[in-house]
Amino acid sequence: MAVSIHKRFIVHPYKFNMWIAIVSMVMIFAAFTSAYVVKKGDTKTWADIQLPQIFTLSTIVIVISSLLMHAAYVSFKKGALEWYRGFMTLTFLAGAAFLSMQIQGWYTLVAQGVYLTDNVAGSFIYVISGAHFLHVAGGVIALLVFSIRSFTRYQASNIEAMKDTTINVEVMATYWHFVDILWVYLFFFFMLNR
Amino acid sequence: MSEHHAVAHHTEAHAHGHDHHGHDGHHELGFIRKYIFSEDHKTIAKQFLVTGIFWAIIGALLSVLFRIQLGYPNADLTWMKPFLGKWITEEGQIAPEFYNALITMHGTILVFFVLTAGLSGTFSNFLIPLMVGARDMASGFINMLSYWFFFISGAVMFVSFFLATGPASGGWTAYPPLNALHDASSGGVLGVDYWLISMALFIVSALLGGLNYITTVINLRTKGMKMFRLPLPIWAFFLTAVIGVLSFPVLLSAAILLLFDRNLGTSFYLDAINLAGEPLANSGGSPILYQHLFWFLGHPEVYIIILPAMGIVSEVLSVHSRKPIFGYTAMIYSLLAITVLSFIVWAHHMFMTGMNPFIGSIFVIFTLIIAVPSAIKVFNWLTTLWKGDIRLNPQMLFAIGFVSLFISGGLTGIFLGNSSIDIRLHDTYFVVAHFHLVMGVAAFFGMFAGVYHWFPKMFGRYLNPTLGYIHFWGTISAAYLIFYPMHFEISLPRRYYTHSGFETFSDFAHLNAFISTVAIISFALQLLFVFNFFYSIWYGRKLRESNPYGANTLEWTTPLRPGHGNWEGDIPEVHRWPYDYSKHGRDFIPQTEPLSQYEIEHGEHGDEGDRDIIKKEEDENHKG
Repeated sequence: MAVSIHKRFIVHPYKFNMWIAIVSMVMIFAAFTSAYVVKKGDTKTWADIQLPQIFTLSTIVIVISSLLMHAAYVSFKKGALEWYRGFMTLTFLAGAAFLSMQIQGWYTLVAQGVYLTDNVAGSFIYVISGAHFLHVAGGVIALLVFSIRSFTRYQASNIEAMKDTTINVEVMATYWHFVDILWVYLFFFFMLNR
Repeated sequence: MSEHHAVAHHTEAHAHGHDHHGHDGHHELGFIRKYIFSEDHKTIAKQFLVTGIFWAIIGALLSVLFRIQLGYPNADLTWMKPFLGKWITEEGQIAPEFYNALITMHGTILVFFVLTAGLSGTFSNFLIPLMVGARDMASGFINMLSYWFFFISGAVMFVSFFLATGPASGGWTAYPPLNALHDASSGGVLGVDYWLISMALFIVSALLGGLNYITTVINLRTKGMKMFRLPLPIWAFFLTAVIGVLSFPVLLSAAILLLFDRNLGTSFYLDAINLAGEPLANSGGSPILYQHLFWFLGHPEVYIIILPAMGIVSEVLSVHSRKPIFGYTAMIYSLLAITVLSFIVWAHHMFMTGMNPFIGSIFVIFTLIIAVPSAIKVFNWLTTLWKGDIRLNPQMLFAIGFVSLFISGGLTGIFLGNSSIDIRLHDTYFVVAHFHLVMGVAAFFGMFAGVYHWFPKMFGRYLNPTLGYIHFWGTISAAYLIFYPMHFEISLPRRYYTHSGFETFSDFAHLNAFISTVAIISFALQLLFVFNFFYSIWYGRKLRESNPYGANTLEWTTPLRPGHGNWEGDIPEVHRWPYDYSKHGRDFIPQTEPLSQYEIEHGEHGDEGDRDIIKKEEDENHKG
């Protein structure tokens, strides 16, 4: 009996909450991308849009940011405060860099003559990448809070207090990996479904 | 044993450690934190219930207005002019644009605000922690946010009533192209934007609530509460939340794309349209795409509405017939089957869109298969009643009424699920009769059963039973008097402003007048319930015993007026399933009571257990 109770708590409720929230976010993008596929199937005027180069770069950046996030999490768990501060701040910066690259990508699209209202293909790229942008922006704000707190809340003297809040960092990391994987999916989706 | 204890304590700490409201270190909260921005699931449940009642009154009032138009198309309504202003025409009639707004808002409000938030929000919040044995939801803060998003969503919808051009009026499904254009209808000018924003906020609320319900059921059950020892309402709420988390986001996507089409000139849903003789620039979109996205939520939505009612009714029927629920596991598997099937039947709302008949037939088959678990559930409810020691109190009457309405409404679903018949019946009053009985009134009956049953636990007082009986007999009569005749209006198209202009519809004039009259009486009866509800909160008969119905479930082990944290001491441990009624000569055996020496738990050795063992046990008791 005791075992089964322990088993239930392998996943902390907060983290479980995040997973279910991720399921619902997956459904949002599943709806968007399946609408994209359906639309592409029955539209004769589907425009062939060249994805901006910078989207490739932003993909690399967000994958790296995910690795940094993991490094931050590992150092937090080890209680390596200095490393945690460094990695967390770098993750935040990478996230912010991703956001600015996405904006640049949209400018490039406009320069190519792809407008929001011109062709459904373009509309979809803006709406879907825009919806993803908002999800990342939410994450970047959270990362900023985590970065600031890594300097204000934790000191070498109260390293024990860190242990109690591991779950927060874990939930943050879960979300950040999710938006990373989501973008990689969207990137390849756009590339393969032109 | 000590290990058990350590683990149990660990669970409690976990369940509550993050909420800053430990049951031990209880400090008095101020009025605002206690009643308004509360994180206590019981308070949030009451907030959902009262808000739901508010919206139910508005939604029903709207239906009274459009029923007046349908039943008495020539009545002089000039006296309403002071309240409704220009929505009453110079001739004293309900303006056509207003009629469209009325039916649109009636549908939206009842489906989303009352039967989703008011039903699921109330009872999932109230019962999940109490019945699974948890101090509160996984995250009280997210739970609070869930209510306040619902509140803001409602506020946005409410404000849209006061727009000069009126609220959304293109049907509760908000189909494009009608709803994608600003100039195609008066409600479309601004009302639809309010509607979409309100829905987006509502979806956020439903998702925040839903993920809490799921996590609490999966993670925070008390010791011994296996999934197959959960009371049936909890299974129903759990699966409702699963459906919501998977389907509501899709509606959000659909709404976002519609907002873009409306306001930013995209053409996701628009193609080759002429508006007032002028061709629009939009091209390349498809309104059918919206219908697919909408009904991918829209159909699961009807199960979001009906599953909680089913769960509540199962519990009430079992408790008040003093019998175990018949086929507990079959009930659970039926709920699971309905959950899965609900996602693959959506296109049966779209048989008229010119879809490939072969694809249509696949949806027909799945739709008809859903009748199987539904029928299993009906059978089990009836067999639970069979030879029961039935107490005909209001909650029991409403639960039985639910079963009756669900059968009556469900049967016509079998007709409508067949695409060939549906093509004839689509958008007629036959459909209106079908869904109002099976998921409208039936879900309301489930909700009433729940309110009458758990009102003492919520407010520490009873509802007045006499008013309850009047409420029940009046409402069930009204339900059948309104919706049974509608089945004959098989050639009458729904949503029409008036039928008086067509000779072929004139036969229905008297019937429509009759239906409208009953609808108005029925509305008055619901106000009687609202009076009973608020009167009893303060002046009802006081609850003096902790377990007034002799029920087995955990919520009746809490103090009379449980505080935040629900149990004063340790959370009770669970040793058996929740439906041991009239077992071994005992009226009821609570879930907290350990199995006796020779007793076999339900499900491990058949429903009735082994006769020899029962006999042995009785002998033992005799000696002792």
